Amino acid sequence: MKRWQGLGVLISAGLFGLVVSCQSNAPVEPVDPTEPEPPQYQTTPYPWQKPANFPDPVYDFSKNPLTQEGVRLGKTLFFDGTLSHDGTITCGFCHIPEAAFAHTDHTLSHGIRDQIGPRNGLNIQNVAWSRTFFWDGGIRDLDLLPIAPIQNPVEMGDTLTRVLEKVRKSAKYPPLFKAAFGTTEVSQERFLKALSQFMLTMVSANSRYDKYVRKEAGGTMNEQELRGLNLFKQNCSTCHAGELFTDQSFRNNGLLPNPNAPKPDLGRYNITLNESDKNKFRVPSLRNIERTLPYMHDGRFSSLEAVLNHYASGVKDNAALDPVLKQNGQVGIALTKQEQQDIIAFLRTLTDQQFVADRQFQPER
Amino acid sequence: MRNFCYFMLALLLGVSVWACNDPDPEFGVNEFGRLQLVFDNVVGTEDLRLQTGIYNNAAGEQFSVSLLNYFVSNVRLKRADGSEYVVPQDSSYFLIKEAEPASQTVTITNVPAGDYVGVSYLIGVDSLRSTMDISRRKGVLEPAGAHNGGMYWDWNSGYIFFKLEGVSPQAPVNPAGTRSFVYHVGFFGGYETKTINNLRTATLSFGSDVAQVSATNTPRLTIRADILRVFDGAQRVSIAQNNNVMVSPFSATIASNYANMFQYSQPVKTN
Repeated sequence: MKRWQGLGVLISAGLFGLVVSCQSNAPVEPVDPTEPEPPQYQTTPYPWQKPANFPDPVYDFSKNPLTQEGVRLGKTLFFDGTLSHDGTITCGFCHIPEAAFAHTDHTLSHGIRDQIGPRNGLNIQNVAWSRTFFWDGGIRDLDLLPIAPIQNPVEMGDTLTRVLEKVRKSAKYPPLFKAAFGTTEVSQERFLKALSQFMLTMVSANSRYDKYVRKEAGGTMNEQELRGLNLFKQNCSTCHAGELFTDQSFRNNGLLPNPNAPKPDLGRYNITLNESDKNKFRVPSLRNIERTLPYMHDGRFSSLEAVLNHYASGVKDNAALDPVLKQNGQVGIALTKQEQQDIIAFLRTLTDQQFVADRQFQPER
Repeated sequence: MRNFCYFMLALLLGVSVWACNDPDPEFGVNEFGRLQLVFDNVVGTEDLRLQTGIYNNAAGEQFSVSLLNYFVSNVRLKRADGSEYVVPQDSSYFLIKEAEPASQTVTITNVPAGDYVGVSYLIGVDSLRSTMDISRRKGVLEPAGAHNGGMYWDWNSGYIFFKLEGVSPQAPVNPAGTRSFVYHVGFFGGYETKTINNLRTATLSFGSDVAQVSATNTPRLTIRADILRVFDGAQRVSIAQNNNVMVSPFSATIASNYANMFQYSQPVKTN
């Protein structure tokens, strides 16, 4: 026993030495007794929860803790035309809550002065789990994402600097910033992190499928949907993997570049310049897919029937074609018309009615 | 057991010493001063004049320059004994803009007093900073700050390290009807997917000059950046053949050329 006491003393001495030896290095700041108290503000934490059937999120919440006030500010910005050059385009213009934050009915995204972009805008959902954003994965940090649409000349067509100036001058924002961050000062970081906060609340995990896998009330699937789920697991889940229904990779799914595009869209290659990334695009999530038509990066398919038909008989062999779509020398996925219908029936169970109707995502009027 | 106790004590002492080992070798130095680097952008032997100056590159092409911006970061000052003062990273990002004379003087503060014989720096923004949280991107690093002169790609998150724009009769006519050339060089090596890495380091010696930093002496050293070197290096760059270089593998050629455009010129009178 005694020798352990001795050891304890030695360890204590050592630890004391460790603490003392570091102190000399620490700068000692004189405390100014007249310095005013930091402004007091009280935020309410936003009860963000990981759905039971989801993996751990990718977003680092510790650098941007969600609060009710931060989310409210983010939501106000999200639905404010101030973020665009001529005031006509809000984030919600292309990301419609009822369409699971997609720009439904538009083949290609539509921006200020009726300009048409080169791609079919992706919807916003479950961004806390996204390792990258956009069809080409050019953005990796959600906090940096809004700069791109704000400054894209065919989307919102402004500069973040000018947008921040407009936000500073508006009467409505300083109190919202004060409530969220304890200061009326509108900084780039606070502006972007507030938008992130609102987007992070867009968690879609209450589809009929989710209730089925979590064995919750309402989680019933009919025979055709179950057949579809089975077929989906066999034929689609290599890429549309896991509970997010995407492995977040970039692949070519047998679409050849659109010959009518004014400039060929090389997809992931634009970001990496790696030859092997030419004509590869993000594998999108399939959650709420029924609501997010049209489909593919260039919106070339307007129905799920057309999508399934593509995989069954429309896949074009090309240098970039993903190997999983060319097995045993056969391109595409062998699926009968009935099997395609079954898969579509299953995909419709991924619609989250609660998410698309949620009043917390509607603009305040 | 006793041996074990001594071992533990030694280990703890070792840890305590190691834990406090200051990354700067200047621990204990108590005199600090400032040092200034003045970036003088030139074209061969001439001073660079935006818009009005007409120059010729190694490919025999005539050109003038409308914009020149580049990042200088991660500055290290070298002493005669080979040791270095590494400027703390948070205060080691500078954006040199030809259109803003004030931006061309880089002032490094809190430099330990001593004799310095050289300098090295990164041309661009290192990969670590390029992947940091927005809270760690202040001043010239604000991705959308007006003052950063658009040195950031918002659609492919990353800083533009170097921008050179101008016109040349040898450049093909663009849809706007002008014959312009645009070189925007970025790419820090990528996140999960490896990309080209256009970060380049410039290492310069002050020759026989010694920059003596003290509390009362602030050396001012002029570094010349010769734009002709952008077009001429390991591989010659022709405006006629490559008038638009931004997101393309050829950007690496331009980066390798401009890595050698810096030359220590002279000490400016110290004050």
